[in-house]
Amino acid sequence: MTKRSFLAVMLLVVPLASLPGPADAQLLMNGAGATFPYPIYSKWFEEYIKVDPEVRFNYQSIGSGGGIRQITERTVDFGASDGPMTDEQLKKAPAELFHIPTVLGAVVATYNLPGNPQLSFSGDVLADVFLGRITKWNDARIKALNPSASLPDQPIVVVHRSDGSGTTYIWVDYLCKISPEWEQKVGRGTSVKWPVGLGGKGNEGVAGQVKNAPGSLGYVELAYAITNKLPAAKIRNQAGKFIEPTIESTTAAAAKSMPADFRVSLTDSPGPEAYPVASFTWLLVYKDQPNETKGQSLVKFLWWAIHDGQKHPAALLYAPLPAPVVKDIEAKIKQITFSGKPLLAAQ
Amino acid sequence: MAAESTAGAGTADGLSFPPRAISGRRAALGDRVYTVLVLASVWLVLLLAAGLVAALIWESWEAIRTFGFHFLVTSQWDPVAGEFGALPFIYGTLVSSLLALLIAVPLSLGAAIFLAELAPSWIRPPISFLIEMLAAVPSVVYGLWGIFVLVPWLRDWVQPGLGRMLGFLPLFQGPPYGIGMLAAGMILSIMVVPYITSVSREILLAVPGSQREAALGLGATRWEATRMAVLRYGRSGLIGAILLGLGRALGETMAVTMVIGNRPEIAASLFAPGYTMASVLANEFTEATSDLYVSALVEIGLLLLVVTVVVNGLARLLVWSVGGPARGGRE
Repeated sequence: MTKRSFLAVMLLVVPLASLPGPADAQLLMNGAGATFPYPIYSKWFEEYIKVDPEVRFNYQSIGSGGGIRQITERTVDFGASDGPMTDEQLKKAPAELFHIPTVLGAVVATYNLPGNPQLSFSGDVLADVFLGRITKWNDARIKALNPSASLPDQPIVVVHRSDGSGTTYIWVDYLCKISPEWEQKVGRGTSVKWPVGLGGKGNEGVAGQVKNAPGSLGYVELAYAITNKLPAAKIRNQAGKFIEPTIESTTAAAAKSMPADFRVSLTDSPGPEAYPVASFTWLLVYKDQPNETKGQSLVKFLWWAIHDGQKHPAALLYAPLPAPVVKDIEAKIKQITFSGKPLLAAQ
Repeated sequence: MAAESTAGAGTADGLSFPPRAISGRRAALGDRVYTVLVLASVWLVLLLAAGLVAALIWESWEAIRTFGFHFLVTSQWDPVAGEFGALPFIYGTLVSSLLALLIAVPLSLGAAIFLAELAPSWIRPPISFLIEMLAAVPSVVYGLWGIFVLVPWLRDWVQPGLGRMLGFLPLFQGPPYGIGMLAAGMILSIMVVPYITSVSREILLAVPGSQREAALGLGATRWEATRMAVLRYGRSGLIGAILLGLGRALGETMAVTMVIGNRPEIAASLFAPGYTMASVLANEFTEATSDLYVSALVEIGLLLLVVTVVVNGLARLLVWSVGGPARGGRE
C-alpha cells in the first residue's frame, strides 16, 4: 500500500471510529433463546426504551436449546426457554438459575375436512390418533365426541413439527399426561420419535400441509392458528368441559398453585375453564447477578414486564399471566441479588 | 473438484506459459510475491478444510464414543430416549440426490445439446439466460412452490396414476401423500438442472469444430456426430458437470425439508416420506438440548461431509476410467 492510499484509508476510517456509536453511554443487555416468544419480547424491548432510555436489549431467537446453553456458559445476561430446564441441566449451570414466567402460549389441533366443522376432541382420542391407533375420521370414538359433524370415511393424515420446537414440547407433554402408552413409547421433548405422520417445518410448514391435504390433522401455536383463521378443535379438559382455545382459556390454565421455582407444566390443568394444552414461556436469569449495574437493570425490566408489560401480550395473541402468579413472581424477582444483596428491595 | 475437471476438457493439453519476457529485479520480486500469495491462499483453504473436519470430529466425539459404528447402521432416531442412528438420513440423502440426477441429467444434457449444437444462434442467449435464472431462485421459494403446486399435483394426479399403472413395483406403493421422497427428488432435479445445463453447454461449445466436421465428413448423421464426436470428446467434462449438480443435490436443505415429509424411516416406496442429513440438521439443531443429542447431530454433519467426499471420489475415479480428451478418448 502506498503512503497516499494509506492516508486515504485512515481519513475514511478515523472519523467513523470516533463517531459515537448508537450503543454509546447505554447499557446493552444480551439475551438469547426461544423463538416462540420473540414477537412479544421485541415489543417489550421496544416499549421499555420509553421507561428506561439507558437500556438496550439484544435478543437472539436461536431456540430454547441455544438459550439454555448460552446462559449456562454465561455468554448472555439472560436466557429464554419454552420448556423448563431439567434437573440435570440446572446442575450443569455454574450457579443457581431462576425461571421467570413471562407469558403463556397454547397449542391447538387444526384439521382439514370438507366444510371444516367445529370438532371436539378428548386427550385420549388425540393420543390414539397420534399413536396411529385411530386411523379414520369416521372412527366410532371421534364420532361419539362429534355426533352432529359429518365425518368422512377417510384416513387421518397426521402432521407434526419436524423442527425441534417448544410447540412440540407442549403438545407431547399433554399427550404424556393423558396417555400412559404415549409417555412410555414416545415421551416428551422438543423433538420426539413420532409413531405416525408427516413432518412440516415450523408452524407454517404444518399449516401448509394441513391446508393442502384433505383429511389431515396437525397442531400449531394458538397465535398462528388465530391469525391464519385455521379451524381449531375444542379439547376436553380435566374438569370434563370442552374448551375452545382462546387467550382467556389459556391464561386460565395457570390458575393453579405454583411450585417455588415455576418449573411447572400447565398442560391438563385442573381449572374448570382452562384450555388443557397451554404453557408458560420463561426467562432464565442467575439468582446472584455477576454485574451490579446490569443486574439492577435486569430486575427492573423483569418487574416492568410482569406488571405494565402484561398489557401488550394480548394484542400479539399471547396470554398474559394471571394476577396470583404475578404475585408469586414478584417474590421471586426480589430474591435476585448481587453478591448477596437483593437488587430490588425498595419496591 | 468438478470445476477442475470441466476446465480440463475445454482447454485440452499443451497449454503452457510463454517464455519469460520481462526480466530484471522488479519482475523477479513481483513473481516471488505472487508465488507466496498464491501459495498462502492454497494453504489457507487447506487449513480451513482441515479445521472444519477437526472441529466436526471434536464436537461429535461424544456420539462417536457412545454409538461407534452402530451410528451408521441403525435407524433409531429417538431424542427422548437418547438413541441415535443415521442410516435413514444417509439413505434419504443418497436416494433423493440420485433420483434428482435420474430426472435432471437427460433433461440437462438434452437442453445443452440443443443450445450448443442445434439452436439458431439468436435463440441461444435468451434460453440460456432463462435456464440460468433457475439457479438464482432461492431454495425456500422452490420449497414453497413444492408445497403449494408440486405436492398437490403429485398427490392428485401423478401418484394415483403411477400407483395404478406401476403399483406392482414396491417403488410406487402406499398412500399418495404427495409429500415424500418423489417430491424431494423432483424439486432437487429442477434445482440442479441449471447447473448441469450451463456447464455442459460450455463443455460442448469448447469441443473443437473439427471434431464435428470430421464426423460429418465421414457421413455421420447429426445425431451420430453429436454422440460420437462431441459427447465422447467432452465426456469427462460432462461427468464433471453432473458432479456439480450432484454436489448441489447432496447438500440442499431448505426445499427438501419442506417437501420430503421428515420421517426417519427407510421405505422402499418413493411415495413414502423420508429424511435427509441436511434436513435433520436444519430441523433439530436449534432446539437440541442434551449434549449427546447435539453431538449426534454434529456427527450427522460429519457424515454428510464424508458422504460428499466419497461420492465425489467415486465420480473422480469414473472420470479417470473413461479418460480425458487429451488421449483421444481412448484408454
